[in-house]
Amino acid sequence: MSDHNMNNHHEDHGHHKETFISKYIFSMDHKMISRQFLITGIIMGTLGMLMSMIFRLQLAYPDMKFSFLEGILGHWGKDGKLDPNFYLALITIHGTIMVFFVLTAGLSGTFSNLLIPLQVGARDMASPFMNMLSYWFFFLSSAVLVFSLFVDGGPASAGWTVYPPLSALPKAIPGSGTGMTLWLVSMILFIASSLLGGINYIATILNMRTKGMKMTRLPLTIWAFLVTAVLGLLSFPVLLGGSLLLVFDRSFGTSFYLSEIVAEFAGGIERTGGSPILFQHLFWFLGHPEVYIILLPALGITSEVIATNSRKPIFGYRAMIGSILAIGVLSFIVWGHHMFLTGMNPFLGSVFMLGTLIIAVPSAVKTFNYLATLWQGNLQLTPAMMFAIGLVSLFISGGLTGIYLGNAALDINLHDTYFVVAHFHLVMGSAAIFGMMSGIYHWFPRMFGRMMNETAGQIHFWLTLISAYCVFFPMHFMGLAGVPRRYYANTAYDQFNVFIDMNQFITIAALLGGLAQVIFLVNFFYSALKGRKAPQNPWKSNTLEWTAPVEHLHGNWPGEIPHVYRWAYDYSKPGHNEDFIPQNVPDKGQIDPLDESNGLPEPVNTENSANH
Amino acid sequence: MANTTNLSTDKKTAWGGGKSPFSVSYGKLMMWIFLLSDAFTFSSLLIAYGFIRYSFPSPMENTIVKPLSHVAEHFTEAMNKAGLFVQDHWPAPELVFNHFPFIHGLHLPLFFVSLMTFILIFSSVTMVLAVEAGHRMQKKEVANYMLLTIIGGAAFLGCQAWEWTTFIGEGARLYGNPFGPRSFAALFFIVTGFHGFHVFSGVVLNVIIYINVLNGTYEKRGHYEMVEKVGLYWHFVDLVWVFVFTFFYLI
Repeated sequence: MSDHNMNNHHEDHGHHKETFISKYIFSMDHKMISRQFLITGIIMGTLGMLMSMIFRLQLAYPDMKFSFLEGILGHWGKDGKLDPNFYLALITIHGTIMVFFVLTAGLSGTFSNLLIPLQVGARDMASPFMNMLSYWFFFLSSAVLVFSLFVDGGPASAGWTVYPPLSALPKAIPGSGTGMTLWLVSMILFIASSLLGGINYIATILNMRTKGMKMTRLPLTIWAFLVTAVLGLLSFPVLLGGSLLLVFDRSFGTSFYLSEIVAEFAGGIERTGGSPILFQHLFWFLGHPEVYIILLPALGITSEVIATNSRKPIFGYRAMIGSILAIGVLSFIVWGHHMFLTGMNPFLGSVFMLGTLIIAVPSAVKTFNYLATLWQGNLQLTPAMMFAIGLVSLFISGGLTGIYLGNAALDINLHDTYFVVAHFHLVMGSAAIFGMMSGIYHWFPRMFGRMMNETAGQIHFWLTLISAYCVFFPMHFMGLAGVPRRYYANTAYDQFNVFIDMNQFITIAALLGGLAQVIFLVNFFYSALKGRKAPQNPWKSNTLEWTAPVEHLHGNWPGEIPHVYRWAYDYSKPGHNEDFIPQNVPDKGQIDPLDESNGLPEPVNTENSANH
Repeated sequence: MANTTNLSTDKKTAWGGGKSPFSVSYGKLMMWIFLLSDAFTFSSLLIAYGFIRYSFPSPMENTIVKPLSHVAEHFTEAMNKAGLFVQDHWPAPELVFNHFPFIHGLHLPLFFVSLMTFILIFSSVTMVLAVEAGHRMQKKEVANYMLLTIIGGAAFLGCQAWEWTTFIGEGARLYGNPFGPRSFAALFFIVTGFHGFHVFSGVVLNVIIYINVLNGTYEKRGHYEMVEKVGLYWHFVDLVWVFVFTFFYLI
């Protein structure tokens, strides 16, 4: 086993005495780092959700006074009225937190860290030290963003896309000052974190798979994390470049993003020669792959959860890999569909449109494969499975409107309306949150060694699903009627005023959704401390992480790393007396892990295992 | 290292797990992945450069000053007067960067930056020799070539400092530029500055590795892979300079 030396080098560290700090704070163990990512993500997510509650109240009851607002927001909520500038700040920070801190770091940071070493059969990440740095950069980045809420002028308010000139001229609006600077600092730290993490994930997946873990035997989660890491690695640097230029525009008098038109509005400053459109190109070159950075891990988790809980092999395993790769490649050549209305050459627009519509093909392949996997399965409707099925539902509902929005001509009408808000909140916001929830419920026993409460999980699921549809479905109609996003009070316009009842309905549904998350939070933290002890393999899953001991172990497996003899989806294989065959179980007569399995393993002694 | 005789079986099992498919350590693989990512950072800056550069008309055609011809004391003003440096045309780089240390009054278009490029490429050659000597476990040779590489890198940084000083002395600023559009100077400072920062980091890394080589750290470890890793980085920085040089000075 000389080949395995690489994987074993972490064992040496296992004998050091662990202090509280090295175990819980500056930990280099991927399982601890994954929990750190998750809990930071949950805290940030709660913050982002509370913000959405506040601005939803404003949208539904623009004329009402909520005295508690002054209590929590201070002068931003004077006399119980939300300050318009702070409304803009809230939607900006809500978007930033949800997109980057919850659904990028919180989702792929958590599950890539937990699952990559465990599912490919490695002792830890390739570089545990860089992994630790990745978390601490993320932590610093979160801290800076939260701190920016308290500075003079408020946090960044130019929308999560921080388009110039609002972001480039420090005096444009109150949030363009210190708040915007801190936003950029936070984002640069975040990019460093994502880079350190991504390099590690890719190196681990490529280099440190256990013997027999061919690329075509990898669980789909790992494929999704791999492509996600590649996307992040290639797109975040472009935002870094864009942010760097923005920093210079803001603080050092350059004018990369400032043109004659902007200069005129900004009171005759002599800053010309650039173009705000340049920023949009650089931003969306990150921004569009970012959508898939969010979505792919959720889809990977869903593949795993649906196959396990349908007790069936995933339908079209190679087609799933192909569609993940196709989505990854296509995501880099469609960023222009965010910019159809910037005066883009119509020919270029049609190229971007074509690319965008083609993404529907791999997405549909994935959707149909999920449905085919569910078809006639022996469905185990655990909360994880419910959330996975919920993801498929939201992915279809939100994905269909993507075909409308990807159309350059229709976009003239729909651009920057609530139709867009509805679309991306369904297809990447809610869907990815559902994927994340599915992952949490599924791998909670692996992360904390305890089980979550199932009934609370079911209630959480149904309330969240109902709330997600009630919040975002009506928004389509507002968007079709032309209601623009980001407006402080739609009642100021007669033609939008008719939606006031709908807005109230949405807000009530959103509050319901928020309430549902309280159930989740209680369930999560209670179960983490006091939950029922988890059995070795609670979902009867095939993947390697369930062969590692429940008690976390530095180096993951006590003895040798298990070898892999089959793909991850041998569920309900005819002829075998168990309905699952873990990846580390060889067939009769299969000696070399690299041989394709052809036959069945020895029957399992079923005396102690549950019936199925 | 895979030897050639069992390459065919290697191919079959390369991706089978239990070892690296490319027969590289994770550290070297990470360096490659990082460089890929860094290439995108530079691309974003160079694309921003292209975007702004081509929103201006091409440089005015120079029919007045020939290479090696004598130039007046106030060259920039003369070019302004001659209509070669105008606000709405991108300036011709060979008219802007025509100075050479200790030589005054001669038009030497891009001579100095060519020297800089030569120095940097030469430092890449010495880096290759250091890596090669590392394969042969020749501690002394590795150290000598590393030292040459460090000197090359430091010389390049010195040249860049001189280039910047001259440019600033002529009135170029992040927010202004006597040669034409203001973005010309700003882009120059940011892109060459970002590259210079990479060279600086590279020199620092090289110095650390050099000290380790002298201390015999890699001799004890049995291989000079760290030298290879910084070598990868150094070649990358060199390659990026080729693009920066092409886009800023030649086109």
